[in-house]
Amino acid sequence: MVALYQIRIILDKAPLHPIFATANVPVVSQSSSASSPRPRRVALFVTCLVDLFRPAIGFAAVKLLEEAGCTVEVPPLQVCCGQPAYNSGDRATTRAIAAQVVDAFEGYDAVVAPSGSCGGMLSHHYPGLFDDPAMKARAENLANRSYELMAFLVDVMGITKVAAQYDGHVTYHDSCSGLRELGVKEQPRRLLASVGGLRLSEMKSPEVCCGFGGTFCVKYPEISNAMVSEKSADVAATGADTLLAGDLGCLMNMAGKLQREGSAVRVRHVAEVLAGMGDQAAIGEPDLGKR
Amino acid sequence: MESTAHDFKENVDTALADPNLQDSLAKLKVGFSERRRQAAERLPEFEALRDCARDIKNHALANLDFYLEEFERKVTALGGHVHWAPTAEDARRIIGELCQSMGARTVAKSKSMVAEEIALNEHLEALGIAPIETDLGEYIIQLRHEPPSHIIAPAVHLTKDQVADTFLEHHRKLGFTKRLTERNDLVAEARYVLRQKFLDADVGLTGANFLVAETGSSLLVTNEGNADLSNTLPRMHIVLASVEKVIPTLEDAAVLLRVLARSATGQESSAYTTLNTGPKRAGDLDGPEHYHVVILDNGRSAVLGTEMQDMLRCIRCGACMNHCPVYGAIGGHAYGWVYPGPIGAVLTPQLIGVEEAGNLPNASTFCGRCESVCPVRIPLPSLMRHWREREFERHLTPRAVRQGLALWSFMARRPRLYRRLTTLANRVLALFGRAQGRYQTLPLAGGWTRFRDFPAPPPGGTFHAQWRGRRS
Repeated sequence: MVALYQIRIILDKAPLHPIFATANVPVVSQSSSASSPRPRRVALFVTCLVDLFRPAIGFAAVKLLEEAGCTVEVPPLQVCCGQPAYNSGDRATTRAIAAQVVDAFEGYDAVVAPSGSCGGMLSHHYPGLFDDPAMKARAENLANRSYELMAFLVDVMGITKVAAQYDGHVTYHDSCSGLRELGVKEQPRRLLASVGGLRLSEMKSPEVCCGFGGTFCVKYPEISNAMVSEKSADVAATGADTLLAGDLGCLMNMAGKLQREGSAVRVRHVAEVLAGMGDQAAIGEPDLGKR
Repeated sequence: MESTAHDFKENVDTALADPNLQDSLAKLKVGFSERRRQAAERLPEFEALRDCARDIKNHALANLDFYLEEFERKVTALGGHVHWAPTAEDARRIIGELCQSMGARTVAKSKSMVAEEIALNEHLEALGIAPIETDLGEYIIQLRHEPPSHIIAPAVHLTKDQVADTFLEHHRKLGFTKRLTERNDLVAEARYVLRQKFLDADVGLTGANFLVAETGSSLLVTNEGNADLSNTLPRMHIVLASVEKVIPTLEDAAVLLRVLARSATGQESSAYTTLNTGPKRAGDLDGPEHYHVVILDNGRSAVLGTEMQDMLRCIRCGACMNHCPVYGAIGGHAYGWVYPGPIGAVLTPQLIGVEEAGNLPNASTFCGRCESVCPVRIPLPSLMRHWREREFERHLTPRAVRQGLALWSFMARRPRLYRRLTTLANRVLALFGRAQGRYQTLPLAGGWTRFRDFPAPPPGGTFHAQWRGRRS
C-alpha cells in the first residue's frame, strides 16, 4: 500500500518522491526534481498488437524504461486488455479478461504500456467493471499504478531527454485515448525535441481521430476510410517524411492508408525513434535484413 | 419524423458520395470548432463554468418533479397554461387542438428540435393548418422537404448554390425571378418573404432552451430574431419543450447561457435572448393573449435514475457534432432521425428504440472529442458503450461480430493457447508478407484491405517469443 500512496502523490502533481528517481542514468537525463535515484520494478504491458505485429515497439519500450533506471519484467500470462470485448458491449468477457490482467500484474511498482488506448483501459476503465469490493479494490490498485509509456517516462520518471539520433522530418499524431483520457500531449514532443537530427512539423489537426477505433475500422470501413484519408492529407501537407504516434492500432491504420495511396511517408511508433531504433524497416515496409 | 436510422450503412454510402454535402462538411469542421476554441480561450473561467453548468443540470434532474411542478405553478399564476404530454402523439394532439381553438390557418414556427421529434408539421398539415418555418435554415429545408441535418444549423448540409436554386424555384411565383448569388441578397429575400407570414400567422410556436422554474419563464436564444416575431405578433403563443429543459433559477440560466453560445457558435452570446413570461398583461403594448407551454416526456423520464441519465443534461449546443469526425465525414442525415452526432447516438436509441437505431452508438471510434467539448460534460462515449452493452445483452449485436468476439475471447482467456496461436499467425503473416512488407488483400480482412494495406509483421517472431529467447 506504500507504493499506491506514493503514486497518488504523483498524480496530485506533487513534487516527485525520491523513490521514483533512479541510480545510474547512462544515456537519459532527468529533471532536477528527481533526486536520490533508485530503480523500480516495472511490468511491461506489451499489448496484443505490439506482440503480434511490431515487437520492436516492445523492445524500444524496454530500452527506454531500463535507461530510465527501471527493472523491466514482462509477465508471461498477459494477452490483451479486453477492449475488443469492452467496446462491443460484452461486459462479462471484459471482466474475465480484466481479472486475468489484474492477476498477472500484481506486485509491480508500475505497469507501463506503449499505448494510450490500452494504458487508458487499465487506468480508467477497469475499476468500473467490478462490483465485488475485493476485486474492485485490486482493479483500483492496478489502475493507480498503470501508465502510458510517454507519460510514465516524463511525468513519473522525470526524463527530459534521450540520447537518440533520427535524421528525419517528422510529424506526430495524438492518439485519442492517450490524449484525452491520459493527457499525453507534451511528453512525447518534449522527448522528441531532444533527438538529434530530428525536426518536427505539426499537422493542422493532430488531435483529430485517424479513424481506427478498434473494430470500428472494419465495422464501418467507409467512414473509417473517410477519416484516415483526411489524416493522410493532413500528414502530407506537413511535408514530413516520417509519421509518429504512440499507439500501434492508429499507426497500422495510417501506415496502411499512406501506403495504399503510394505515399513515401514512413510510419513508426514514437518509442522506436526515442530508443534509437529508428533505422529499422518502418511499419508496412519489407524487412529483408533479418532471417 | 420517419426514421431511416435502421438504414444507417446505406445512408453513409449516400452521404460519402454527395459532393455538395462533402463541401459543406469541410467548411463546418474547421469553422465551428475553431470558433469554439477561441471563445473558450477568451474566457478564463470557461472550464469552471462547464463544471457549474453540469452541476446545475444534475441538480435540476435530481429534483425534476419539483422544478416542473414549480414551473407549472408559476405559469398558471401568470395566466398561462401548462400541458403535460407523455408521448409525441399527446403533444401533437394538444398543439393541434390549441391551433384549432384559434381557428388557425397558419402557424409561425421558430426552430424547435422537439417539434421535429414529434413530427408536428405533418400533423398540422393533416389538420389543414400551414406551419411556416421562420428560422432561415429551417425555412430553406422546409422548402426542400428535407429534415434538419444539424441541431443548431439545420441547413448546414447545403451549399449556397443549392439555396440559390431553391429560392429561385419557390420564390418565382412571388415575383422574385432573379437567381441570387450573394449571401446577403438571399437573406434579404427570405426576410421579405417571411415578414408577411409573421403578420398573417394566427399562432406562434417556439421551442425553449430553458424553462425557468423560479419565474415560469421560457427562455429562447436565436440569432435571427425570428422567435421574437413568432411569439409577440400572433394572438396565441405555444411553447413546446421537453421535460429536461427545466432549470431552477434565472441565475442558473445565466451560467448556462455563458457556456451555450460559446460552445455552439463561438459567440459570447446569441444575438437574441428572450424570456417569455406568461401572456400579455393589461397595459402591455404587445404580446400574445394566450400562452401555453406543452411539456413533452416521450421516454425521457425512463432514463432518470439509470446509468444513462447524464444524456438529459444536454443543452443542445451542437458542439459534440461540430467536433465529431464521424459526423464530419457523413453529416447529419445519415443518422436517420432528428438528433444526429454523438448526442443523437445516445438519445435516438432511447427515443425510438435501440432495435431501430442500434448502429448509431456503434458508429464511433470513442475518440472522446465530443466529451472534451461538451459544455455540461456528458460522458458521451461511455453512454454509447452502455447502449452497446444493452444491444449485446439483448442479442442485437450482428452475428458476425458476436461470433468473432466469442472466438477471440475464448483464446484471450487462455493465455497459453493464445500464445501458441499468435506465434503461428505471426510466422505465417511474416512469411507471406515478407517481400512487400504488407498485404493488399487478406482473407477475413476485407473491411480493412478494401481501403488500406495491412502491415505485415517483420520476421523474427512475436514479442513474447523473442523476449523468452533473450531473457532465458
